[in-house]
Amino acid sequence: MNPAYRPYHPKWHRDRMPIFWWLGQAAYVKFIVRELTSLAVGYAALLLLAEVWALDRGAAAHARFLRFLAAPPVVAFHVVVCAALLFHTVTWLNLAPKALVVRLGGKRLPDGAVVAGHYLLWLLASGVIVWWLRGGL
Amino acid sequence: MPETAETIRLEVLRYRPEEDSEPVWQGYDVPLRSDWMVLDGLNYIKDTLDGSLSYRWACRMGVCGSCGMMVNGTPTLTCASYLSALAPGPIRVEPLRGFPIVRDLVIDLHDFLDKLKSVKPWLLRTEEPPLAAGEHLQTPEQLAEYKPYSMCINCMLCYAACPIYALEPGFVGPAAIALAQRYNLDSRDQGAAERLDVLSQHEGIWACTFVGECSAVCPKGVDPAGAIQRYKVGATADWWRSVLMPWGAR
Amino acid sequence: MRRSREPFFWALFSSGGMIAALVLPALALWLWVARPLGWVAGPTGPEMAALLGPLLLRFCLFVVIALALFHWAHRFRYTLYDGLQLAHLYGLIASICYGGATLLTAAAAWLLWRLPHLPPLPPLR
Repeated sequence: MNPAYRPYHPKWHRDRMPIFWWLGQAAYVKFIVRELTSLAVGYAALLLLAEVWALDRGAAAHARFLRFLAAPPVVAFHVVVCAALLFHTVTWLNLAPKALVVRLGGKRLPDGAVVAGHYLLWLLASGVIVWWLRGGL
Repeated sequence: MPETAETIRLEVLRYRPEEDSEPVWQGYDVPLRSDWMVLDGLNYIKDTLDGSLSYRWACRMGVCGSCGMMVNGTPTLTCASYLSALAPGPIRVEPLRGFPIVRDLVIDLHDFLDKLKSVKPWLLRTEEPPLAAGEHLQTPEQLAEYKPYSMCINCMLCYAACPIYALEPGFVGPAAIALAQRYNLDSRDQGAAERLDVLSQHEGIWACTFVGECSAVCPKGVDPAGAIQRYKVGATADWWRSVLMPWGAR
Repeated sequence: MRRSREPFFWALFSSGGMIAALVLPALALWLWVARPLGWVAGPTGPEMAALLGPLLLRFCLFVVIALALFHWAHRFRYTLYDGLQLAHLYGLIASICYGGATLLTAAAAWLLWRLPHLPPLPPLR
């Protein structure tokens, strides 16, 4: 087709995408839930920043922050946040081999090995963090 | 044809531009034979029930990519979908989503074809070796690099499955990007930079949010979602290289 | 043809997603579930300040916060475009997401930089 001229066909039917197209199929719902975990990631960054800010303002401020964290509805909310963060981790690591092709000695590493490597990395990183939080570093 | 009491209902979305302002559903009862595909059901409708039904098909064995339609809301090759697997029905048959409907189950392909052409899906060479140098030789490992992407039959099921294609008019789409990768990763090709110009446009590939449905519906195991993610990584690395080391040959 | 600047934002998004995936679950479970519920003893205020004493560790925390924020910005932007079909508000959404992430990153940088310059926190009794 010559791009300078394309016949316009007014009789062709074009459907509009409904706003809630993603509620139509299980795969799409799962996709949107996965994407919404970005809110948990952003919130986690904010909460980390909030603790640093509380430290900045002094011992009393930090104590208030810890009491806020201990309130039952806050703990319940944070359990949901943790579940969302775990969902982000699992979905992200499982999709890693799609983006990353690793070659060792000329042969391409199978997808399972790439995923396993990422989970191992996750385990190591978590270990280092727990060690740091317990005052080990 | 021997009479069989068992039938299954096909609810087909009809659209006759000369008489309809909107698509309408029309139901047909076709024989439920154990070896029939949805395509056989459509052929039965056209042969005996309603000759006005329009649809595309050709090889009826899953290699030409002509007979793609939405079957019960999923993009499927109708020649590869058993009626008995969808029993007791009714089976909803609609044209591929995301494309303008020309008539009944026939859609307009021009957008896909234009986008496919824009990624230059052929071997691009910057220097041609002399004939005396012989053929391009390729090891099995080099072939394996791009072989899955070469299996694409242009059936556009991935476009129908991709919500971004329906939302973003400029998105080049799964099959076009997979085919661009098929050539980028071919050891005989030297056109990756030329294709980057098209693909690195804002909508080119960046509209993709890795829904992944394109790979889920692909009948040939092409994995366009994987092709797109790999391309994103490559294009990003390329961009950083051009920013941090602009003296490199482009 | 002009090349898009998307690769820059995508790099932030993907590195942020990887860091968030590897680091956040352990941090979140420890600091915001285990610690408030008393399953673990700390870190308390003074302990936390001590943990963030070395510049390197404060820099690591800064990187985690910054990349997590930009990961959110990029991903949420596209969720709004596709999930609520707000692509026509391109400029506004990009400003809010990336602008917000930039401001909070700057705040994180400033707060983490000045942390050790404060007097040491007395132990709480």
